[in-house]
Amino acid sequence: MTGQALLEVEGLRIDLSVNGRRYPAVQDVSFSIRRGETFGLVGESGCGKSITALALIGLLRNPLSIAGGSIRFDGQELRDLSPGGMRKLRGSRISMIFQEPMTALNPLSPVGRQIAEMFVLHKGANWREAERQAVEALARVRVPAPERRVKDFPHQLSGGMRQRVMIAMALVCGPDLLLADEPTTALDVTVQAEILDLIRELSAAQGTAVFMISHDLGLIANMCQNVGVMYAGRLVEQRAADSIFLAPRHPYTQGLLASLPLLGARSKFGRKKLKEIEGVVPPVVAFPTGCRFNPRCHAATDLCRAEDPVVTPLPDSGLVRCHYHD
Amino acid sequence: MISFVLRRLLQMVPIVLSIAAVIFLMFSVIPGTFVSSMNDDGRSVMDAEVAARINKEFGLDDPVYIRFGKYVGQLATLDLGTSFRTRQPVTTVLADRMWPTAQLALASMLFAIVFGVPLGFIAALRQGSWIDTISMVSAVSGLSLPKFWLGLMLMYIFALVLGWLPSFGYGDGGIRYLILPSIALGVAPMALLARTTRATVLEIMNADFVRTARAKGMSEARVVQWHLTRNALVIVLTTIGLQFGTVIGQAVVVEKLFAWPGLGSLLVDSVTLRDIPVVQGAILVIVLFFLLINTLVDVVCAIIDPRIKYT
Repeated sequence: MTGQALLEVEGLRIDLSVNGRRYPAVQDVSFSIRRGETFGLVGESGCGKSITALALIGLLRNPLSIAGGSIRFDGQELRDLSPGGMRKLRGSRISMIFQEPMTALNPLSPVGRQIAEMFVLHKGANWREAERQAVEALARVRVPAPERRVKDFPHQLSGGMRQRVMIAMALVCGPDLLLADEPTTALDVTVQAEILDLIRELSAAQGTAVFMISHDLGLIANMCQNVGVMYAGRLVEQRAADSIFLAPRHPYTQGLLASLPLLGARSKFGRKKLKEIEGVVPPVVAFPTGCRFNPRCHAATDLCRAEDPVVTPLPDSGLVRCHYHD
Repeated sequence: MISFVLRRLLQMVPIVLSIAAVIFLMFSVIPGTFVSSMNDDGRSVMDAEVAARINKEFGLDDPVYIRFGKYVGQLATLDLGTSFRTRQPVTTVLADRMWPTAQLALASMLFAIVFGVPLGFIAALRQGSWIDTISMVSAVSGLSLPKFWLGLMLMYIFALVLGWLPSFGYGDGGIRYLILPSIALGVAPMALLARTTRATVLEIMNADFVRTARAKGMSEARVVQWHLTRNALVIVLTTIGLQFGTVIGQAVVVEKLFAWPGLGSLLVDSVTLRDIPVVQGAILVIVLFFLLINTLVDVVCAIIDPRIKYT
């Protein structure tokens, strides 16, 4: 790992406790993000992407907890921090935006006030000063008529506007790291591009590194320099964005790419059904033995069913976790 | 805002009218009349001539539809009729009884709110702790205690053994007389409020916007102060409003037990005597009180929650 890495995650393990038994929901997850870099994490629902992000910001709640590994942020081990120390980091140096901008905002509080809280919490501003800065923050995320919008309640805004409020809130303190958990999934396609542009532009201006979670490969290809593919709590492939989309090595990554609808594909090749990966992500309490992907893998052998593959470096400095990576 | 309140008040008119109709029809269907109830004590049988005179005086011989027509006509002029027993206007009879019941209902709800809501809050914030366990066990017990037994125990301990408070009666209307009946009546709604508050707070604690608040770097105390309280208040207030109805309904038992001169005890006596105008009047007043409290709650909720439209 390079010295300038902002975030270094090593062997992260997150346990789920069910009736006193602990199951690894996330295991052996290692990656690093440099300052100003955008790192994408892809995978199906339920494979551990969101809880990885929550672990990074220290917001895992029962029955989930960090059980092993290390998270180094700017040289500081986050697992060693006291709850109070972690709290000071949240919002100011590491912030997060969520998938559902409707429920992620307090319905009974004007959006301006919810942004203003950031200045009161982290800059020691008084409310009047904070409310004034909230107007500027809204203007920065290109909300029209921000001086009027600050008085609006979340239900009076559209989904896109609400997500802009979330972004304004998350970036207002100039954080070093922004965790974006499917920030555009709940939005109209036309709005998605605007929101992504906004995240890209503002994070670039402040030198903020972005940890972007999505199941949308197109989005990830567009936004990220490096990509991790997660399956059943493990990173199965980790490469530079251009190489992973050109030559995916793990059968799961290949499956994900093959299931992308291609514009015009139908007219070119006649009626063609979209490819899907058969089956579903196994639940945390019932991960299969051997390679966790083997029940759904088209190329699985007895070796895959018996033995867990190890992470193997690829010539292009990527990593893959598959017995048959070449 | 003002038109919202006015509209809500106007909406009460059809509700009150349909309830009046249901009560009226119910009492014309159930067996027993004013006259027969006077014969029921078995000491003497009323002279047939007297019975006929009474029935004629109060128009009890008329068919149901005529009596109902007269009744609605009276209601329109805010006249609730004349009590068979005292021959006073029902409005006068009720006026004397309304204040004690209002006092009792308000005092017991005050008791329920002051103890139930904070208890539920603390139990939720310390979920799984001994405070949580103790308060929820006592909440279940509070809900299942029969009111008359609880009332008797309170009388026994605080009036007979300790001699701190009067055991029954309205006395001079002082607070001393109000304490025991309000507790007897307030324990059940207190327990229910504690449980509702706890469930509400726990639910909001898991809401997405609370997670956002934590992600902003807020301490748990700030999260409660800035984001949780107002959201919980809307649901707790609605529960309080609904509990008022239950409390007034159950006041009957407690008023009887503590010889409290309220609507409840009046209602019981009047039903036994088939003093139907008083029964109808008392029920109407209770319904009206319940509707007014809940309108008030709705207005307060609309002020707190901007998603509720003033329409």
